[in-house]
Amino acid sequence: MVSPAHFIALSVILFVIGAVGVLVRRNAIVVFMCVELMLNAANLAFVAFARMHNGLDGQLIAFFVMVVAAAEVVVGLAILTSIFRARRSASVDDANLMKY
Amino acid sequence: MTGSVHSALMPQAAAALTTYHATGIQDAAGLLLAFPLAGAAILLLGGKRTNSWGHYVGVAMPLLAFAYGVAAYVQMLGYPAAHRSRELTLYQFIDVGRFQVPLGLQLDQLSICFVLLITGVGSLIHIFAVGYMSHDPERRRFFGYMNLFLAAMLLLVLGNNYLALYAGWEGVGLASYLLIGFWQYKDSAAVAAKKAFIANRVGDVGLSLGIMLMFAQFGTVTFQGVFAAVPSASHGVVTAIGLLLLLGACGKSAQVPLQSWLLDAMEGPTPVSALIHAATMVTAGVYLIVRSAPIFDLTPDARLAVAIVGAVTLLFGAIIGCAKDDIKKALAGSTMSQIGYMMLAAGLGPAGYVFAIAHLLAHGFFKAGLFLGAGSIKHEMNEEVDMRRFGGLAKVMPITWVTFGLAYLAIIGIPPLSGFFTKDPIIDAAFAKGGTSGALLGTAALIGAGITGFYMTRVMLMTFHGERRWDDTVHPHEAPPVMTWPMIVLAIGSVFAGGLLIVDNRLLNFLGPVTGVPPTRHGLWTWSGIVALALVVVAFGIAYALYGRREIPVTAPAGSPVTVAARKDLYGDAINEGLLMRPGQWLTRLSVFFDNRGVDGLVNSLAAATGGSSGRLRKLQSGFVRSYALSMLVGGVLLVGALLLVRL
Amino acid sequence: MSNFPWLTVAGAIPLVGAVVIGMTPGRSAPGSPADRRARDLLVKQIALVTSLVTLGIIIAMAVQYNTGGPRFQFTQTYQWIPQFGVHYAVGVDGIALVLILMSVVLMPVVVLASWNDVEGGSNPAGEPPARRSVKSYFAMMLVLETMMIGVFAATDVFLFYVFFEAMLIPMYFMIGSFGVGQRQYAAVKFLLYSLLGGLLMLVAVIALYVYSTHGGHQGTFLFTQLSHLSLSPTVQKWLFLGFFIAFAIKAPLWPFHTWLPDAATAAQPGAAVLLVGVLDKVGTFGMLRYCLDLFPSGAHFFTPLIIVLSVIGVLYGAVVAIGQRDIKRLIAYTSVSHMGLITLGIFVMTSQGQTGATLYMVNHAFATGALFIIAGFMISRRRSTLISDYGGVQSVAPILAGTFLIAGLASLALPGLSTFVSEFLVLVGTFTRYEAAAILATAGIILAAIYILWMYQRTMTGPIKPEVAKMPDLKGRELWAVAPLIALIIVLGVYPKPIIDIINPAVTKTLVEAHSTNPVPPHPAPAAATAGTTSDVRHRARASHVAQAQAASKRVSVTLRQRSSA
Repeated sequence: MVSPAHFIALSVILFVIGAVGVLVRRNAIVVFMCVELMLNAANLAFVAFARMHNGLDGQLIAFFVMVVAAAEVVVGLAILTSIFRARRSASVDDANLMKY
Repeated sequence: MTGSVHSALMPQAAAALTTYHATGIQDAAGLLLAFPLAGAAILLLGGKRTNSWGHYVGVAMPLLAFAYGVAAYVQMLGYPAAHRSRELTLYQFIDVGRFQVPLGLQLDQLSICFVLLITGVGSLIHIFAVGYMSHDPERRRFFGYMNLFLAAMLLLVLGNNYLALYAGWEGVGLASYLLIGFWQYKDSAAVAAKKAFIANRVGDVGLSLGIMLMFAQFGTVTFQGVFAAVPSASHGVVTAIGLLLLLGACGKSAQVPLQSWLLDAMEGPTPVSALIHAATMVTAGVYLIVRSAPIFDLTPDARLAVAIVGAVTLLFGAIIGCAKDDIKKALAGSTMSQIGYMMLAAGLGPAGYVFAIAHLLAHGFFKAGLFLGAGSIKHEMNEEVDMRRFGGLAKVMPITWVTFGLAYLAIIGIPPLSGFFTKDPIIDAAFAKGGTSGALLGTAALIGAGITGFYMTRVMLMTFHGERRWDDTVHPHEAPPVMTWPMIVLAIGSVFAGGLLIVDNRLLNFLGPVTGVPPTRHGLWTWSGIVALALVVVAFGIAYALYGRREIPVTAPAGSPVTVAARKDLYGDAINEGLLMRPGQWLTRLSVFFDNRGVDGLVNSLAAATGGSSGRLRKLQSGFVRSYALSMLVGGVLLVGALLLVRL
Repeated sequence: MSNFPWLTVAGAIPLVGAVVIGMTPGRSAPGSPADRRARDLLVKQIALVTSLVTLGIIIAMAVQYNTGGPRFQFTQTYQWIPQFGVHYAVGVDGIALVLILMSVVLMPVVVLASWNDVEGGSNPAGEPPARRSVKSYFAMMLVLETMMIGVFAATDVFLFYVFFEAMLIPMYFMIGSFGVGQRQYAAVKFLLYSLLGGLLMLVAVIALYVYSTHGGHQGTFLFTQLSHLSLSPTVQKWLFLGFFIAFAIKAPLWPFHTWLPDAATAAQPGAAVLLVGVLDKVGTFGMLRYCLDLFPSGAHFFTPLIIVLSVIGVLYGAVVAIGQRDIKRLIAYTSVSHMGLITLGIFVMTSQGQTGATLYMVNHAFATGALFIIAGFMISRRRSTLISDYGGVQSVAPILAGTFLIAGLASLALPGLSTFVSEFLVLVGTFTRYEAAAILATAGIILAAIYILWMYQRTMTGPIKPEVAKMPDLKGRELWAVAPLIALIIVLGVYPKPIIDIINPAVTKTLVEAHSTNPVPPHPAPAAATAGTTSDVRHRARASHVAQAQAASKRVSVTLRQRSSA
């Protein structure tokens, strides 16, 4: 029997992978994918809890998250593309002009 | 002057007097202030338009005031002695809770004496100044200030409460400031004016604190109210009030320890020295003490302090007078010394008040005469004041010589001139006080009389006798009549005033209701008077030997240590400088430094600390997205951890 | 006319004037330099006329003020934010009335005195004129006048707070954009200091509102209702502090004073007059109105501390003033000293002290205002603010020196000039309760003589320095700016009673609200001795003059009442 704990565990694992990916990878695309991974880990947890409590709130929020993630990807990729055009690099470390 | 002769062995304090409303001519006593005030306003606001005729206004106003004063005096004589104190309220000045101060005037025997002195001698000096200042382009302004002074001085003596007195008190201080600094383009005049004002201010603090103490204790500052309530106050309070008033008197009357400004005040034009720094303003301290007689009657301690201050100053001034080569400064030392006599007399209580006033009035004549004489000489000698450059002036300025000489005889106390009548009773009364203090005070007064004989003879000889020591650039001759006539009138006053006041106890009977009555003196010749006269004769001999027979060097010889000290005003300025000015300067610098670095420094360093820490904190904003992500993660973990901890 | 909204109208007129100025063509409009000058002149004339009209309205209002009437007169109350009990409520008591009078009297004077300041007329040498428009300077001045009237007239604590803080804005720009020297630094310092205090006060204001809702009441910011609020002593202490620190910074009380010399030095002389003359008074006015009335026991708790700070301020300000080299800075420090006397007078809780303090606020504004203005005229001639650059001015410009001397003598509280009355009242009121404080503060009058006369000696007397030899005397516009102040200084010094009669009833009410009474003298003089003179037999019919004077003042107030009801 797959208990909610398993879903949570999977969610944690996915979240950690995503978080580590965000921290260690330089390529902006990969960082993006890792952010998506974290969002999906959260989605998984929401759905699991919704199921557990027999409510619809969690599922609803999961949809919200997906919508927001999609919007974010649209904006984010647009920014990335323009940065790449300007600097011929997709590394997040290279885009460091906004500091101090 | 009517009234019965009081005879008593012990001095009698004045009974609490009832004051009546002024009526008739006296009801218009406001005119006494209005005349000179109008003169000052016309002359000072009128500007250059009044240049050509301003001095006429300036002279007319004191004359009008004098005429009014005489009329008011005549009316007063018509009242019985107990009904002579009259007052009127011009308007309510301040009215806050219990603090009710009318701008009220009081015409009584004491104030009328001063009114006549101020307006009478004042008028003469104004007339003199028309000639003396005739070449000064600012003569109009000079008369404006002089009229302002008269108004303030009259307010001082006429006010029926201590606040009005204080207003006049500071008003004469202002006039004195303006007139000492009249030739303000000279640095020395400007500095002397400021010094006079500040030294006076120190005294004023005493007076104003005294007034505050009166209000706190008695709930009123009117003379009547205070005098009625003062017997119920504790001895300590009364003594404190007395000492505070004494501090005020010291400032205004140039008594030790606030004496140092008077000698510098001679920077002013000579009529100013005559009117303000000899005849009237500097005697205001004596007026204050005598006016406050009901307070001082209750506090022998404060009275003794007054007498000691007077005795010390009379020696102090006399010694300074001996060493000065500047004729005006020699006379200023003499003024200080003579006021010392008056203070000494006032400090003797009812036994001396009348004599203080008598000497004050007589002094008003002979010292004004001396100063006008000095002014006349200075006017003719191209502003030269060094007596070592005078000599032999008796021949070229005979009228000045005679008038100056009469005033000289009066001040050293040669009978039957004024000084003899008014000074000896003071010496006599000091000895009569009894005890060690009486003996010491009397001895000081005796010695002072001797020194007076010396320094005045010295002035006389150096100025008018011996070889002429001025160079050929000056051509002294007698001053114009507008200057000599006032001198002549004053000389007549110097001769007769003392006798008129003292013989038959005239002043005593007149003032008695206000000041209390001293014990009757038996005859004019007392042993102390004889000793004083003998001392004066000896002093004359010494002075003659030193200055009359020998040639006087044009440059001052080195002199003995005492002479050197006296030339430096007995180190009065040095003491002020060492004790007050230098520490004050250090305190000022320290405070400015503290304000910039301490108070403001604290504020600025707070600002700098904020700026500095934000400068460091902003380095966290490195521009590396991944470090932001890491800090977000750490923050998130901490947040979750904290939540968990709290939950557990 | 009794329902005529005097205060609102008087407050609105400068605002309208500012709007009108805003609508005139600006600097960028086309035209030759002559056209531009004509446009600037128009702006100045509008400002002058507006301030004069405001003055006229306020005088017309003041004439109808009934000294024996209710505490607040010419009141108007409208709801502003009903949800929070915020009202547009205005009204004046005697204290506010004289302060409004003072502000509107100063305004035309300041406009006249500032005539050429934007163009750099009063700048020291080497200091370029502010690159800003004449329009905005005078418009801000008029906006500031509206706020001055509002801050004194507000009887709603929230409204007061709004005006209190909003005053900072025009003043910030007047210093920061139009000033001289370290103007940015000074303006920011001024703003930060005032904001800090203002925010503390905001907390206290909100807390007051919250406490007013206790017990199920509808919350309110109305002063008249808040003053009946019963607060526990602890709460009072904290709220008192919140208000007091704001006012102490504004006043400024030692040790919160360091912004003032910087700000006053950096501001143009006219702006410095408004800063020292009016804005500072908002602080002391607030102490008297709000701190004492709303938190009596808090005030009593902190009184000893405040008295100590005040006395330190009196002496410290004076000593530091002596050591200054810059004229404007020196005058600013004298104000620190004088403001110490004012706070002293307020917190000794005697009617003499508080009446004196209120009177001092007015007199100080005129005396120090005159000093700043005349110093400004002098600076505009010699182009230097350093005392050492002057000397012998009296010989070349006697009117300038004479008026400066009168203003200076007023600053050192010479009898016959207005400040004497107020200073003596403060000191005598202090003495009846705190002798030591009074003695120390009285010593300040010596220091006052030193800083004023030494400055006068160094600038005006002595040999004429070559640089000042051709200095022209005051004339025309400058005389018109100075003359009213000098006249007021003298008139109020000789006959202060009209103003005292307005202030005194208000102060009496404040004292009652603050649960304080005057100390009773231990040995009061017998009534007969204080009642005045005894009438002579022949003139027994004549009442004493004191009684006459009192009857006369009653008659006046009766006539006033009749007139206002008619």
